[in-house]
Amino acid sequence: MTAHHDAPDGHADAHADDHGSKRSYLIGFLLSVILTAIPFWLVMSGALPGPATAIIVVLLALVQIGVHTYYFLHVNTRSEGGWTLLAFVFTAILVVIVIAGSLWIMYHLHGNMMPMAPQPVVDPSGITAPPMPAAR
Amino acid sequence: MSAKTETNASPTFYLVEEEAHDHGDAHASPTPLGFWIYLMSDALIFATLFATYGVLAAGYAGGPTQSELFQLPLVAVNTGLLLLSSITFGMSMLEMQAGKAGAVKLWLALTGLLGAAFVGVELYEFSHLIAEGATPERSAFLSAFFTLVGTHGLHVTFGLIWIVVMLVQLNQRGLSVENQRRMTCLGMFWHLLDVVWIGVFTFVYLLGALQ
Repeated sequence: MTAHHDAPDGHADAHADDHGSKRSYLIGFLLSVILTAIPFWLVMSGALPGPATAIIVVLLALVQIGVHTYYFLHVNTRSEGGWTLLAFVFTAILVVIVIAGSLWIMYHLHGNMMPMAPQPVVDPSGITAPPMPAAR
Repeated sequence: MSAKTETNASPTFYLVEEEAHDHGDAHASPTPLGFWIYLMSDALIFATLFATYGVLAAGYAGGPTQSELFQLPLVAVNTGLLLLSSITFGMSMLEMQAGKAGAVKLWLALTGLLGAAFVGVELYEFSHLIAEGATPERSAFLSAFFTLVGTHGLHVTFGLIWIVVMLVQLNQRGLSVENQRRMTCLGMFWHLLDVVWIGVFTFVYLLGALQ
């Protein structure tokens, strides 16, 4: 193995690209630190109003997931002939469908869920009790 | 002749192997790609747990809420520990490329220590919550919380076991092709846990504390 890397055949460079270089790891680490520090600071200091903070925090998390995937997991169009990227994109789509779909469906069904609080007295006229407050 | 026609007719998924052939190392193995696909299925497990948590996050049943329970400084420490362990593992991989077995083991051991500290802080947090009466059976929110965060913690714990096994294997066989392949897979596993943790600290802790 060592001989292979010492061999000046030019493959060592391509290989180093696949597994990242010191520079790419440090760039990834630096970006991650920034992308972690900002959301924690925003939430802990309360510098911005709640909804704005929430949007920024979520966006920064998505960026950080991208940074980790590229700089640490080395997912790119070249690695394994692009199959890791394909699997990653496919999984990301499934993750979004599962999470967003579940939240969407359950949010709208919440009014029809069995009430957890003591059952309010149902009006004999047949008008149902007001729905439970929405989850979010 | 017929064999050749057959080869040409079948879809060629083997370009990768051909390309990797002259590398002559762990990359010729299909294992990293297979392991990556396993990790993607693992990500789907976490997706279902995140979805469950999202749906049940407001199901307090009169119990404590996120902002009453979560201690963000503790979460920040944990996030830092896991992030540091990612870069130390990266250093280990770089030393592996340089062929320095001793440095590989040193960085790997450091990664393991940081991971163990992460699990320790998380166990402290859990015991603290349970002592306060915020047990998994208290409310739907806490059930979903302990399941999601606990599953991640369990993954880190198994990662720690793997790191110990890897250290033993490195001691016995050095930087063999097999061990390099194992290190590649372990690295993917470890870094993916950090990716999942980004989701946990953002959607569970930070957004929870905002409410």
